[in-house]
Amino acid sequence: MNPKTVLRVEDFAKQFFIHEQQKVIPSSSNVNLTVESGCLTALVGPTGSGKSSVLKGIYRSYLPSEGSIFFTTSLGDTLDLAKADEHQILDLRRNEISFVTQFLHCLPRQKTEDIVAQPLISRGVKPSAAIEKARQTLDALNIPERLWGISPATFSGGEKQRVNLARGLIAKPRLLLLDEPTASLDPVTTNRVLEMIEALKHENTAILAIFHHMELVERVADQVVTLEPPVLTESILENIA
Amino acid sequence: MRKVLEVSRLSKIYGPGCPSCIEKTGPEYETNICPDCNSVVAAHDMSFDLYQGEILGIMGESGSGKSTAVKCLFFDQEPTSGSATFYDQGQTHSLFDLNKAQQRRLSNHRFGMVYQNPHLGLNFDITAGGNIAERLLMSGLDHYGDIRERAIELLARTEVLTQRMDELPRNFSGGMQQRVQIAKALATNPPLLFLDEVTTGLDLSVQAAILDLILEIQQQEKTSMIVVTHDLGVIRLLADRTLVMKYGRVIESGLTDQILEDPQHAYTQRLVASAL
Amino acid sequence: MSSQQQFGFLDEHAKKEIRRTALKAVAIPGYQVPYSSREMPMGRGFGTGGLQLTLALIGKGETLKVIDQGADDSVNAVNLRDFIQMTCPGIDTTSFTEEADLIQSRHRIPEKPLREDQLLVLQVPYPDALVIVESSEAKRKVLHGEADYSRLLVKLYEDIVKFKEITIAHRYPTRINNHYVIDPSPIPRWDVPKLHNSKALTLLGAGREKKIYAVPPYTQAIPLAFEDMPFRVENFDDENGQRRACERCGCTDSFLDEYIDSETGNKIYRCSDSDWCEEQMGFPRSDTADYLPETTVTNVKSSKELVNA
Repeated sequence: MNPKTVLRVEDFAKQFFIHEQQKVIPSSSNVNLTVESGCLTALVGPTGSGKSSVLKGIYRSYLPSEGSIFFTTSLGDTLDLAKADEHQILDLRRNEISFVTQFLHCLPRQKTEDIVAQPLISRGVKPSAAIEKARQTLDALNIPERLWGISPATFSGGEKQRVNLARGLIAKPRLLLLDEPTASLDPVTTNRVLEMIEALKHENTAILAIFHHMELVERVADQVVTLEPPVLTESILENIA
Repeated sequence: MRKVLEVSRLSKIYGPGCPSCIEKTGPEYETNICPDCNSVVAAHDMSFDLYQGEILGIMGESGSGKSTAVKCLFFDQEPTSGSATFYDQGQTHSLFDLNKAQQRRLSNHRFGMVYQNPHLGLNFDITAGGNIAERLLMSGLDHYGDIRERAIELLARTEVLTQRMDELPRNFSGGMQQRVQIAKALATNPPLLFLDEVTTGLDLSVQAAILDLILEIQQQEKTSMIVVTHDLGVIRLLADRTLVMKYGRVIESGLTDQILEDPQHAYTQRLVASAL
Repeated sequence: MSSQQQFGFLDEHAKKEIRRTALKAVAIPGYQVPYSSREMPMGRGFGTGGLQLTLALIGKGETLKVIDQGADDSVNAVNLRDFIQMTCPGIDTTSFTEEADLIQSRHRIPEKPLREDQLLVLQVPYPDALVIVESSEAKRKVLHGEADYSRLLVKLYEDIVKFKEITIAHRYPTRINNHYVIDPSPIPRWDVPKLHNSKALTLLGAGREKKIYAVPPYTQAIPLAFEDMPFRVENFDDENGQRRACERCGCTDSFLDEYIDSETGNKIYRCSDSDWCEEQMGFPRSDTADYLPETTVTNVKSSKELVNA
């Protein structure tokens, strides 16, 4: 394995079995990719090719059905995220892997700056320093200062997404998973986000991203992986039979 | 992260029990009542662990046995079989092998419990401050001024107006009673906290504030918690990992976001589908 | 008394059981030892617990003093003394504290310090200090066993919150030998310190509740309190901060009873311990066992058990 490789996905597949309908629904299959430190790998493919499923499988929001997801930790150990135990995953989420989705889940009363600072605080950064850093990140993402002290519950879609981004980017993870991070952003803010992504790359973050525009892929991707629509793999079919 | 608790093969059967109790109950039989001897299998073969600062959710509908583990761990009930090990201050306690006095010492000093019904956790005939004082007095504090100070600190921490500390909890709103209960549970800085349906029956805005408080405590004190609830929203907001129970069995367990986004068991799939 | 009547009214088995119970009570200071309290020819609540202890322990040639509310001549004390004298031929009675081998009392411990060769028997209505915070006896036993008195302390806490001080006037919960908390019978707070490291053995008997417990000689008896809110005895200072004196003997270091002078309507204060008061007044200390002081108070209308300044 290339010493720069942070993530290597081999023959990943994900199917859902819906009990209600007694049906297997393939979500992605035959996924092979690598992500290297300081590089961005872009996942592309038609709608339904399972791009988000790959990210969720790596983050373990989905249980991978097949394949291996080798992740090299900051200590240099390699472990298979598909098989890692839950405490290991929680530990990696806390310290090494961030996931920015299109949706923001947070407590209704929490202040925006607290939400953004949270990943730093749970890594042991002093709250005051974490909040200072959160403000800088919010500022960099064009979130007006008057919003920092209130809950993002009432924010627009674009604002929520930026808060989510700020939270994902703030801790400078080893591996960053981005699911359409700029989907509802205006061109100016999109540019800001891309600048921040570039900055993270310079700090050796490995990034696996899904973009809604090929033009963005061309601007920031070091590597492009194209997914094909999924098929049911034989082993799964055998299992069900 | 340090392991705080390890529960292994915990079972609780109410009634005489017979060989069919286990064979003929559970989700496949859609009952937890033994058809042969009418015993109730409240929980069978529960195993899980808990790390420092972690929140474990136990989710299920009423009668699923979701509160059973917490009741056994807090010594409110005796398990039928199984073991639980509590790792605390360099010591290892095999919880169900301790005598009653040792168990009470742990539940008074090292565990905290917050019940759905504040009547179970609070004495309504003594003041809010007195309720907190009781737990402090149990731990050997015998300086009135110090007790007052600590009670004020705890009530402020849980956002109860400290001017009201000398009022009886019966005059408080439901949300405020829960806050006093939480303050009482926190009095001895326990490393392990049990929360049994603590927000059930409260107004939504009050619920949110209580959940917020719980998360804040978890982050600041690194308290490990077991949260028992039927509410998917509570699980989503609080729990790192979740056990799903039905008819006295753990039918599924995993990372909370995985349970909610990629549930494996038919029951969990239905539950999640109907909630979203 | 017929010749078949047992000495001490109780049969020998009953007396033996009470003595054994008392020994166990001494062995476990403050622990309430259950016993099969016998029916006595008087209503429960009239001191049958103390009476059974006295009857089981007193022997021929020994001298008995019986007091009630500090006085030897109150109805209850007189009746009990008469009954014991009648059923225990060969004993002597006295009102002088220093003459008595055995003192049976309700409400008071004599002011004069007791000696090692004396025995104090207290009549107790409610033996369990925890009864005010826990109604289940089974649970109280567990609390006693684990010496968990936090709920009693909460009661004190609540008192201070409400009244700025501990308001328990009598039956003040007292911790014996660093473990069991007892209800020291209806003695006022004034008498509680007398239990601490007392030279005499104190036995407490609750007839209705069927319990005997003890504060052995030279044993710690510490009233429950907070470090910064210490236990205090009754305050007998007047409005000017001057310690009140007994209106009869002038004593300023005894427990005082408050009376209303029926003629003037004024409050007057007198020693609660009548024997003590008479000794202060210089009454002769006689060897005559049958001597009983005459009642000298004639204009008394009502009395209170204690004074709370």
